[in-house]
Amino acid sequence: MITQRIVEPEYLFFEAPREKVFITGSEAVREAIKRANVDMAISYPITPQSESMHLVGDIFAEGYLKEYFRGESEFAVMSAVAGASMGGVRVFTATGGPGTLRAFENFPTWAGARLPVVCAFMTRGVNSPLTIQPDTIEMAFMLDTGIMMLHAETAQDLYDMILTAFIITEQTDVHIPMGIFVDGFFVTHSRDNVEIAAEDIKLPPYNPYNSPVPVMDMENVPIRQMRDPFVMKSNFISYAAHASWQQEILAASERARKHIHKYLGGLVETDNTDADILVVASGTAFSQSREAVAMARREGIDAGLLRIKSLRPFPTEEVKEMTRKAKTVIIPEFNRVGWLCREVKSAMAAPEKVLGGPRVFGGMTMPPELILAEIRRCSA
Amino acid sequence: MNKNLFQISPGFEDIMPAEYRELVEYGPFGKGLGVSDLGTFKELIEEHPLCAGCGLAQSLRLILASLPHPEDTIIVGSTGCSALAFPQVAVQNIHSLFGNQNALASGLKRALKLRYPDKIKDVVVIAGDGATADIGLDMVMQSWFRRENITTIMLDNEAYANTGGQESGMSQQGVILNMAPKGKNFPKIPLTDIAKVSGCSYVASVAPTQPKRLEKVVRRAIQVAREIGPTYVQVFCPCPTNFKHKPSESPKRIKERIKAGTYHIVEYIAPEAQELVNQLGGEKDER
Repeated sequence: MITQRIVEPEYLFFEAPREKVFITGSEAVREAIKRANVDMAISYPITPQSESMHLVGDIFAEGYLKEYFRGESEFAVMSAVAGASMGGVRVFTATGGPGTLRAFENFPTWAGARLPVVCAFMTRGVNSPLTIQPDTIEMAFMLDTGIMMLHAETAQDLYDMILTAFIITEQTDVHIPMGIFVDGFFVTHSRDNVEIAAEDIKLPPYNPYNSPVPVMDMENVPIRQMRDPFVMKSNFISYAAHASWQQEILAASERARKHIHKYLGGLVETDNTDADILVVASGTAFSQSREAVAMARREGIDAGLLRIKSLRPFPTEEVKEMTRKAKTVIIPEFNRVGWLCREVKSAMAAPEKVLGGPRVFGGMTMPPELILAEIRRCSA
Repeated sequence: MNKNLFQISPGFEDIMPAEYRELVEYGPFGKGLGVSDLGTFKELIEEHPLCAGCGLAQSLRLILASLPHPEDTIIVGSTGCSALAFPQVAVQNIHSLFGNQNALASGLKRALKLRYPDKIKDVVVIAGDGATADIGLDMVMQSWFRRENITTIMLDNEAYANTGGQESGMSQQGVILNMAPKGKNFPKIPLTDIAKVSGCSYVASVAPTQPKRLEKVVRRAIQVAREIGPTYVQVFCPCPTNFKHKPSESPKRIKERIKAGTYHIVEYIAPEAQELVNQLGGEKDER
C-alpha cells in the first residue's frame, strides 16, 4: 500500500527538497505521474511513446493510480479520456506521430468541452513512407486545435511541465487541455540528470466542481444538461453561440499565461537577446542552438538565444520585443514545414529579418555545426 | 443524485422555466415509474425536433420512461437524428463525436466507479445504427470484449437518416438508398449475434410497438450492465422521411417486418446473468 502525503502545488514545485537522478525522458514521465495524484491513465502503444505508458502502468500496479487500461486505438483512447474527464477524474495519456493524427478529431473536442486533460506527445515522423524517427511535424497540425501546447527541451522539463500542467489546466479560468510535447528518442530514450521531489508527496486531488461546465455525474445541477449541446441550426443565434464559444476557448488559453508565468517562469527563456544574431528555437532544436551559440561566442561572434517554451498560448509580445534589436533571426527546426518559423515571423515587427532554417527531418540529427555555419554566414 | 440538489431555491420558483418546475414537482426521479405510468408524470424528454412518425422519437420516449434509476443515469449519445433530441432530455448526457460513444462511455463509467464506488451510476449509450454498427463498431465491440459495465442501445432506422438517407450496415440487402444507387449488396449486420459472442451478458431486440417488452428489456439490460457485464439492445425504429412512408404507417411497418421475419426479435440471457434476470422478474412477453 502506497502512502503519499498531499502537499500544496507550490511546495511540490518550488520548495520540496529534490534528489538528482540519472533517468530517461520516459522515466521522467513516470516520476511526474507518480507525484501528480492522477486517478486514471489510458494507454495505447506507439513508438517512441510506449515505454512511458508502460512505466505509468507499472506505478498503477504499485498503487499510485486507481485505474489504468489499454484502449483499442488512439482515437478510442482520447475518447475514453474525454469520458473519464467529463466524469470528474484527473486523467493522463500519451501518444505521438501517427497516433496523434489518428486521434486528431478528439483534440478540438477536448478543448471545446473544456476538459483539463494532460497528454504527453512524444513526437516522431508521420507516414508516408513509414518512419519511427524524430521529427516534430505533428506539432504543425496541432497548433490550431485549441489545446495548450508546451514544448519540453529536456527530461527535467518533461517532469516539471507534466506536473505543473495538471495545476494550470485545472484552474477554473483555464480548464482546457494541455499537451506536453517532447522530441521522441532525443529526450524519451536518452538519460539525463533530473531533479525530482520525494516520492511520498503528491499534488492535491482534482476537484471536478471547479469546472466551469457541469460534471457528468448526475450529482450537480442543471440535470437537463447536454455536453455539449448542438448549435448547428441555421440561424444567427446558433452562429453567434458557436463563434463566442470558440472565442472563449481562445480566451481560456490567454488566461493561462499568468499561470505559466507563475509555475514555469514564463513562456520563453532568453540569453543575450540584444545580440545582432538571434537564434530562436524550441525543444531539442534549442539544445543544439545553445551549443552552436556557445561555439560562436568562442569565435567572438555576438549571438543571442530565445527559447519558445509555450506555443499555445504563443509568446507574441515577448517575441516581438525580443527580436527587435536583432539584425538576423535564425530558426532551426526538426521538421520540413518550419512551423516555428511561421509562428515567430507572424509575431515580429520585421519578419524579413528571419532566415528560415536550418531544418532537418525524417530522423536526421542537427549537429550544432549546422547552426554555427548559419551564424557565421550571417555575421560575415 | 442528492434530491435536495434538484430543489428550486425559495423565491426563485416564479422565474424558473415551467418545464423545470414540472420536473421538480412531477418528474420521475426516485419514484420507480415506468411506461405504464406515462401520462401521469413529467417525462424526461421535453418535446422533440424529430420528424412526424419517427421511430426514434417514440423509442426514445419509451426508453427514457424505462430507465430504472433516471436520477443516477448518464446517457452517452452520438451524432445522428437521436442527438437532435438530446438537448431536450432531462438527465445529464454527452455528445462527443460520431462513433466514439462506447469508448467515451468506458472512460466515463470507470471514472464514476472511482468517484462513487458504493452508488448506482448507470451509463447508457443510445446511438443510431450508423454510429453503432458502422463508424463506431470497433469501439462498440472493444467495449464488449473489455466487459465494460455499460448498456449499448441502438436506435436502428436502417439508414443514415440525419445526413439524408444513405445506406448503412444495418440497411436491408437490396434496398435502394443514397450511396447504394443499385441497391445494398450485402445483408444487415447481425449485431445481436455479434454481441452474444463478444461478451455481452444480455442481448435483446425490440420495437416501440411493444412498449411493455421494451421496458422489460431496457431494465434488464441496464441492471445486468450494472451488476454483471456489457449489454446490447437493438430497437427497430423505422424512418418515414427517408423510406418515404406515411408517418402514421410506422407501427404497421414494424409489425409487418417482424411478422415477415425480416426484423428479428430476440432475447439472449447469458448464463452468468440468468439469476439476476430471474430476480428482476419481468413483464409478459408481448410478441
